[in-house]
Amino acid sequence: MEKLLFLGDEALAQGAIDAGMSGIYAYPGTPSTEILEHVQKSKVAQERNIHREWSANEKTAAESSLGMSYAGKRTMVCMKHVGLNVAADCFMNSAITGANGGAIVAVADDPSMHSSQNEQDSRIFAKFAMVPTFEPSNQQECYDMVFHAFEMSEKHQIPIMMRLTTRLSHSRSGVVTKSILAENELKLPKDSRQFVLLPAIARRRYKMLLDNQVKFEQESEMSPFNKYIDGKDKSKGIIACGIAYNYLMENYQDKECPYPILKISQYPLPRKQVEKITSECDEILILEEGAPMIEEMLKGYLNNSLNIKGRLDGTLPRDGELNPNLVKQAITGQKTEMNLIPEEVKGRPPQFCKGCGHIDVYTSLNEVMAEYGDGHVLADIGCYTLAALPPFEAINSCVDMGASITMAKGAADAGLFPSIAVIGDSTFTHSGMTGLSDAVIEKTNMVVIISDNSTTGMTGGQNSHALDRLVGICEGLGVEKDHITRINPLPKNREAMAELMRKEIAYNGVSVIIPTRECVQTLKRKLTKK
Amino acid sequence: MKRDIILCGVGGQGILSIATVIGYAAVESDLYLKQAEVHGMSQRGGDVQSHFRISDKEIFSDLIPFGGADMIISVEPMESLRYLPYLSQNGWVITNDKPFNNIVNYPELEEIHAQIKKIDNHILINADDIAKEIGSPRSMNMVMIGAAAKHLGIEFSSLIDGIKFIFGKKGEEMVNLNIKALEAGKAFAEKFSK
Repeated sequence: MEKLLFLGDEALAQGAIDAGMSGIYAYPGTPSTEILEHVQKSKVAQERNIHREWSANEKTAAESSLGMSYAGKRTMVCMKHVGLNVAADCFMNSAITGANGGAIVAVADDPSMHSSQNEQDSRIFAKFAMVPTFEPSNQQECYDMVFHAFEMSEKHQIPIMMRLTTRLSHSRSGVVTKSILAENELKLPKDSRQFVLLPAIARRRYKMLLDNQVKFEQESEMSPFNKYIDGKDKSKGIIACGIAYNYLMENYQDKECPYPILKISQYPLPRKQVEKITSECDEILILEEGAPMIEEMLKGYLNNSLNIKGRLDGTLPRDGELNPNLVKQAITGQKTEMNLIPEEVKGRPPQFCKGCGHIDVYTSLNEVMAEYGDGHVLADIGCYTLAALPPFEAINSCVDMGASITMAKGAADAGLFPSIAVIGDSTFTHSGMTGLSDAVIEKTNMVVIISDNSTTGMTGGQNSHALDRLVGICEGLGVEKDHITRINPLPKNREAMAELMRKEIAYNGVSVIIPTRECVQTLKRKLTKK
Repeated sequence: MKRDIILCGVGGQGILSIATVIGYAAVESDLYLKQAEVHGMSQRGGDVQSHFRISDKEIFSDLIPFGGADMIISVEPMESLRYLPYLSQNGWVITNDKPFNNIVNYPELEEIHAQIKKIDNHILINADDIAKEIGSPRSMNMVMIGAAAKHLGIEFSSLIDGIKFIFGKKGEEMVNLNIKALEAGKAFAEKFSK
C-alpha cells in the first residue's frame, strides 16, 4: 500500500495494472490519452509485458480488446467520447457477445468541449447498449473501481463502461494503491458460440442481456460507490452523479448538508434508492456532468409526476460543465459575486508552433486557392485544424476523423472544383484510407494533401502508424504513382509546393501530395531525451 | 490551513513546473492536494491555467470556486487578469511583468500594469530579468514561486526540498541555480511589499 499522486487517467491505468490487466488498447484523444501513456511508462507493465501499443483507431482498439477478453484475459480499451462513435459497432455488439476475461471500456467525456467537437455523454451510449457503467467522483475511486469493474465483468460476462470527464481525467490527487493481482491464464469461453452473433445466437444472447438488467440493477443497489446520505430537511433531495458530487460537497466543506443526498457512481440506476429519495423529498435537484440523462429518465416525456429540477428547467445550464458555483446557485438561488475580467484582456487562441511544417503547407495552399476563391478546402482533426483561425483562415470543415477526404469527394461529386482535402498522417491511418479508396475507385477529381508531421501531434506526440508508410499505402490503395508526391514543407520550398498543388489540381483524377517534416515539438522531446 | 491557487500563463511557458515544486512541498508537509491541469489543444500557445488546491482537510472539488482563490500566480501579466473572477476579496495577484506577445491585438503594457496595480494585494515582478541576472533564464518559474513563497502557507525549506527533488536528476549546478532563483524571487517580494 502506497500513496501516490495521480491524474484521474493515471489512477485508472494504475488500477488496471494492479487488478491484473493483460492488455490495454487505445487511440490518443484528449482527455483520455494519459491512460495508455501511464501503462507505457510503468515498469510493472514492462516486466509483465502488458500489451500497451497504440491502435490505428478506436474501432481496431475496441475489437482487439474484445479479442483479449475472448481469450480470457483482463483488458481495457480507452478513448475520448467521440472515439466511442468510431468504436460503436464493436461496443454495441460486445454487449450482446458479452465478455470472457474482464473487459473495461474507458471513455473520457469532454463537457464544455475543451478539446472536442461536441459534448456527447457516454452514459447514454452505455444505457443504449445496456452495459453497466461506473462513474468515479475522484481519483481514488478511479483506482478502486477498476477492481470492482473487472470482477463484475467476469461475474456477469459483460463489458463495463468506465466514464470519466475532463476535470477528473486531468486533475491530480493522492491515491492509495493496493497490492497487485496475478493476471488471468489464457482460457477460452465455455460456450464456443458465445461470440458468434449469427441471428439465431444473437437473439438468444440478446434475451440474456435483457434478463441480466435485473442483476446489474442489484449490483448498483449494493455498490459501495452509490451512497444514500440522509438529511433532516426533506424539502429538497439531491441526486449527484460522478464528479458533480464533489461540486456539491465543496459547498458543505464546513457544515452538514441539510438535504438527503444520493451519490450515483454506478449504473444502471439503483432503483430502490432513487425511489426512496423521490418519495421522501418534495423536490429533487439532479446534478449530472454532461447531458440531463437521469433528469429525463425521472421526469418522463410528459413531466406529470415528480418535482424535478436540473438542466431541463433552467435551474442549471443545459450545456457545459458544472462547477461549485453553479451547484451553489442551483441549491440556494444565490449568485456568486465575482470580479470581472478587465476589457484589456484579449483572447489568446492556440496557434501553430514556430517552425511548424503545417505553416508552410497552408502558406502555399492559400496562395494557390486565392486563384479560385474561398470554400474549396475540406480539412480534418489535428493541429492543422488551427488553420481555421487567423491568420490562415484556410479551411472550411472539421467534422470527424477522416471526413476531409470523403467530404472533399462528395463535394467533387457535386461539381466543386477544385476540391481539396487536408488531413494529417495519423488521422489518415485512423480513418482516411477507406475514403481514399472510394475516391480511387471512382477516379474522383480531387487533391488530397496529407500534411505529414510524422507523429500524433495534437495529443502530445504519440507514434504515428503512418510513419514512413504513406507512399506505400497510397500506392496500395491504387493512387497512380505519378500523382503521389512527397515534398519537404520548408519556407524555401513554398513556391515549389504551390506549383505542385497547381499541377495536381489540373490533373483530372485523384492526386495525393505528402508534405513531410517532423513535428517541432516531437523533435524537441526526442532531442531532450537523448 | 487551505490555499487555493490559480497558476496561469501561455502554453509552453511551463506553469506546470510551478505546480510540481509546490505540489512536492505540500505532499511532504502532509497536506491534501488537488491539481486540475489543461492538456490538449490550448497547450499550443493558447492561454493555460491550473487549479491548484492544498489543504490540511480533504478537498472535494477539482476546480476552485469563482471568488474563492487565495492567489493567482501568473507568468504573464495579461494572463493574470483573465482569472480575476476566481480571486477572493483579499486574494493576491503575483505576476511576472514581462508580456508574452503572440497575438496581433495585445494591449498596451501600461494598461495591463495599471489594471494589476488596481488590485490591493499584488506583486508585479520582472521575473525574466531576475532569472537572467543569476545566469539561469529558464528559472523564471522558480523566481515566481519565490515571490509567492510568503503567502503559500508552506515552509520555505520545503520548497527548497521540492526543487532538490525535481531538478536533482539534472545535477547540483541546476539545483543551486534554481534555489538561487527562488531566493531572488523571495527577496524581491519582501522589498516590493515594503
